[in-house]
Amino acid sequence: MTQNADNVLDHFNLFREPEYQEMLKNKKEQFEYPEPQEKLVQVREWTKTWEYREKNFQREALTVNPAKACQPLGAVFAALGFESTMPFVHGSQGCVAYYRSHLSRHFKEPTSCVSSSMTEDAAVFGGLNNMIDGLANTYNMYKPKMIAVSTTCMAEVIGDDLNAFIKTSKDKGSVPGEYDVPFAHTPAFVGSHITGYDNALKGVLSHFWDGKAGTVPALVREPNEKINFIGGFDGYTVGNTREIKRIFDLMGVDYTILADTSEIFDTPTDGYFRMYDGGTTLEDTAAALNARATFSMQAFCTEKTLPLIAEHGQEVVALNCPMGVKATDHFLMEVSRVTGKPIPEELRKERGRLVDAIADSTAHIHGKKFALYGDPDQCLGLAAFLMELGAEPTHVLATNGGKEWEAKVRALFDSSPFGKGCNVYAGKDLWHMRSLLFTEPVDFLFGNTYGKYLERDTGTPLIRFGFPIFDRHHHHRYPIWGYQGGMNMLVRILDKIFDEIDNNTNVPSQSDYSFDIIR
Amino acid sequence: MSDDLRQIAFYGKGGIGKSTTSQNTLAALTELGQKILIVGCDPKADSTRLILHSKAQDTVLSLAAEAGSVEDLEIEDVMKVGYKDIRCVESGGPEPGVGCAGRGVITSINFLEENGAYDGVDYVSYDVLGDVVCGGFAMPIRENKAQEIYIVMSGEMMAMYAANNISKGILKYANSGGVRLGGLVCNERKTDKELELAEALAQRLGTRLIHFVPRDNIVQHAELRRMTVLEYAPESDQANQYRQLAKKIHENGGNGTIPTPITMDELEDMLMEFGVMTAVDENMVGKTSSVAAAV
Repeated sequence: MTQNADNVLDHFNLFREPEYQEMLKNKKEQFEYPEPQEKLVQVREWTKTWEYREKNFQREALTVNPAKACQPLGAVFAALGFESTMPFVHGSQGCVAYYRSHLSRHFKEPTSCVSSSMTEDAAVFGGLNNMIDGLANTYNMYKPKMIAVSTTCMAEVIGDDLNAFIKTSKDKGSVPGEYDVPFAHTPAFVGSHITGYDNALKGVLSHFWDGKAGTVPALVREPNEKINFIGGFDGYTVGNTREIKRIFDLMGVDYTILADTSEIFDTPTDGYFRMYDGGTTLEDTAAALNARATFSMQAFCTEKTLPLIAEHGQEVVALNCPMGVKATDHFLMEVSRVTGKPIPEELRKERGRLVDAIADSTAHIHGKKFALYGDPDQCLGLAAFLMELGAEPTHVLATNGGKEWEAKVRALFDSSPFGKGCNVYAGKDLWHMRSLLFTEPVDFLFGNTYGKYLERDTGTPLIRFGFPIFDRHHHHRYPIWGYQGGMNMLVRILDKIFDEIDNNTNVPSQSDYSFDIIR
Repeated sequence: MSDDLRQIAFYGKGGIGKSTTSQNTLAALTELGQKILIVGCDPKADSTRLILHSKAQDTVLSLAAEAGSVEDLEIEDVMKVGYKDIRCVESGGPEPGVGCAGRGVITSINFLEENGAYDGVDYVSYDVLGDVVCGGFAMPIRENKAQEIYIVMSGEMMAMYAANNISKGILKYANSGGVRLGGLVCNERKTDKELELAEALAQRLGTRLIHFVPRDNIVQHAELRRMTVLEYAPESDQANQYRQLAKKIHENGGNGTIPTPITMDELEDMLMEFGVMTAVDENMVGKTSSVAAAV
């Protein structure tokens, strides 16, 4: 049956109709040169073996499904956290389409970002003219308060010098001379999105603090009692940042959130399109120099930014995505130590509730094995939380994790009996993870949307965590930080555990003696 | 990085003697008590052989390729210490005909800066190949990199042509950044009216001929032994020439100028003025010598 207007079939069902099945079968047989089914099965089974795993881990020249994105994605994310700021990526257009769609698919929000649209001639002659025209167009059409420039591979390979280009563009009148155009070189072939976040944030701070590329005198620090807070590249930024603000307000802390993306990724539908919303004001960004201390929730996202801040005379507190009771305790006590503000009763109660909830459900989580992959800080935070719950983070993998991260995860394993027998994999990819899941199976897998292929291949149930999550909606609205965040994560884990128990006990008169109402 | 760090760069046409001149001059600079880092930015990686007495040192990029990525390198792997404690790094680059050497320069310099190679030195000297052929080879003249560029040239037309081109590159960055042309260094080739021409070109480019290095075979003798003249024959006249050049460069800090490059026609006119080239009869252009003689 072809489609008819009275009964439109969606794609789930349409392609199961006989004529499509026939067509797909013919296509396979006539044009796809298929291997015999037995051979397919044989190879598939072989990839599940230890022998294959060992070969897989000897892989040198090939990466299969890396769990990371590229620098400019992180740079665009950071730039969106400043008031009325347009991220401007100097390079080719397709790259920018990728950052925009990637962020939009996760947050279900439009993402504003422009490109200097370099083409073949720009690759040959350099992208100066693209910068001149691009800045002028952006300034005139989208009227941002600031344009934050980053780069794609193309501009980096030919060695375009952003500092010189931006100055020349200003001389040619693209934007006024005193207009803020911070920049960061973000070659996509170096590091990952967290490196780009770091470079972009550092670019913005050094722009405001160190004399706007030599055009005004550098600011002189006049210390005050405020603190700065940096969330890092965070798929939960909407929920997390709001939770952190609530906590700081409860404590009576005077704070500045740097690169605050919580509003731009959650604009309301009320009849107005907001190209810009929320974000750290430019005045606050400049004044952040005077703060007493800066907290970074994700140290691996701020490896260059924190030293810059420390050089300016502030204390810096580096955390690794604190999740759960112990890590939140540490975070709050550090805030309390730095600001001198006591931790209020309200938060003590929240802590007690989380401990209570963990205790109520511990029988179901204790001793369960988990595999997890993601960004370095988030892996550290989640692994620590799992161990706190009495679970074992058996495989912990970060494609963009390095030696330092590896050592930190090892130290974390060594700090608890639940870390015994757990392993860390720095710089490995999801094809490595596949081998791990086949040869040393675990109960659950934590990962982003791409983990669903691993779930399908290996049968390991996936708990969605990290960035990007395209195929489940609105998780970014719920925090994973603070005691409330711990509660959210606990519920997410338990939901999956109970779903699995139900799935395993639902065959009538075979397994349903355990298909219980009460778990 | 200390604030009073002096950063200079040597540019010039290929084969003009940049590496020889720079290494000899830097060796002489150590006698003025200066601690020096040489950053070779030429895929041929021959900017440090006279200091290290070696054929070619392992380059940042070759070691990075072996290790998997630049992030896997330690500064000790790539930095060697040679004559008079001069620190040496070669950026390296791909084999001829493949890849992108310009990006290699960017990668190497970023690596060196981020890993503290510039800590505790008074001078960083970049030795950059032939011409500013792409953005990568302009990396050493970006803002906060080299403050003065010294162009090594001779009285040969193409060397002067290259010097003029390099000036164009400097001009591009001089307006937006702090880079300046420190001066020309003429490496004598014994061409006609070489000194006068070099001085005239310097004047046209809005700079000065900072030193005229006479030709002396002793340089060749030292070179064959992979040594600077300063080390091989410290008492020689030639060693004193390099000492003078070193002193002039040392005293030239902050005296660089924004160059005023000229057109190809102006350059040819200049050569004619000096009688090096006779006025060209348009009928003769493109004719071989035998054809020309027959006319």
